[in-house]
Amino acid sequence: MEKNELRAVVIATLKTIAPEVEDGDLRADRPLRNQVDLDSMDWLNFLIGLHEKLKVDIPEADYARLVTLGDVLDYLEKKLK
Amino acid sequence: MIEFKLPSLGADMDEGKLLEWKVSPGDTVKKGQAVAIVDTSKAAVDVEVWCEGTVFELLIEPGETIPVGTVMATLLEAGESPETAKRAPRAVLLPHPGPLPRAGGGGVVSGRRRISPAARKHAEELGVDIETIPGTGPDGAVTLADVEQAAAEKVSPARTAPVPDKAAEMRKAIAAAMSRSKREIPHYYLSEPVPMRRATEWLAQANAGRPITSRLLIAVLQLKAVALALKKFPEMNGFFRDGAHQPAAAAHIGVAISLRQGGLIAPAIHDVGEKSLEQLMRDLTDLVRRVRAGSLRSSEMSDPTITVTNLGEQGVAAVYGVIYPPQVALVGFGRVDEQPWVENGALGVMPVVTASLAADHRASDGHRGALFLAALRDQLQEPENL
Repeated sequence: MEKNELRAVVIATLKTIAPEVEDGDLRADRPLRNQVDLDSMDWLNFLIGLHEKLKVDIPEADYARLVTLGDVLDYLEKKLK
Repeated sequence: MIEFKLPSLGADMDEGKLLEWKVSPGDTVKKGQAVAIVDTSKAAVDVEVWCEGTVFELLIEPGETIPVGTVMATLLEAGESPETAKRAPRAVLLPHPGPLPRAGGGGVVSGRRRISPAARKHAEELGVDIETIPGTGPDGAVTLADVEQAAAEKVSPARTAPVPDKAAEMRKAIAAAMSRSKREIPHYYLSEPVPMRRATEWLAQANAGRPITSRLLIAVLQLKAVALALKKFPEMNGFFRDGAHQPAAAAHIGVAISLRQGGLIAPAIHDVGEKSLEQLMRDLTDLVRRVRAGSLRSSEMSDPTITVTNLGEQGVAAVYGVIYPPQVALVGFGRVDEQPWVENGALGVMPVVTASLAADHRASDGHRGALFLAALRDQLQEPENL
């Protein structure tokens, strides 16, 4: 999957939880949960959405590495290789 | 004959607008079945019936706004037949906030035109003469839709009704309930730092073996711990009504859920003390999803016996809540944070959450409140028993 394509899937999944999100407003290098106001239930649902769309396993132990949008994209890219 | 009334959907809701009937006359209904969808300032609520029966008459039309307690429909009990049942007068129980219709020979109340109070009021607002409107309802009654149709045909763009501002309505509803709380309830507040190492380690281990779709959140452990602590402290659970505390047998915990567009709702998860953590996680997930989608059930809105709020997600250390009347307590959790902690004479680092209690001094005293928070703390030290 191309990086652009992956980003589009991640943003689309995020929008199912936070419909007000505008792609252009998101900074890839800032903590995602601060930018979008996601609580743990939202965050879990976001990861479940990615798991279901991309068929990747995301162990809870890896949550700590997923802070910014950039982290999430890098993590998924490695997983999908 | 059973009168089916619009139930109270919480302290901050005193009226609702019928959006849709989900049953028709002649349908049999079961206890707990959703029979109507009613719009409130907070959400569209599926209104459930609390008895079995056969729908006889629907007395309210979609589009009408009615106060809590209004008879919406009549149901036949087992053994009753439509022939023996008395017909209810159509929607005459509604209070009429506008000017009273002319009595006597004025015509409008003479029975020539059947029209519901809501339709009449709407006609007045829109400046439509009801005598000129063709009625399409039962027995030629003028319905709300007929009034709107007639108003649309008049084409007077300057007089269209303003679109109600949902966010402003919710703000007003919250303001009313919270003002009542602070006016009537003598709150007292307590807080306790709760060590969370056992709970977080137990949770990490439990989740490591689970697929992402069935992982638990720490919030679920907190809810269950509150419910178990309440068993020993019934004075924190239930309602204050008619000058006395009425303890509730079960812990139906209202979970404060914020809405993305602003405002909040605290619908209940029922019988929290009797459910497994897995079941509670499914219930919580479902509840949050439905709150965000604006679709709730009347029983969830009307019967929380205590509220739990968790503002730790927003990064605050502690929250001191405002009790939601007629409840008598609210438990708050702040964020789980690593803090310096002394244990067995040694200084270490401990994940800690501040649990707080706002309680009604008419129903309990600080001493009991303190013991309740201590019991809550102890419950969270034994996550395997939750």
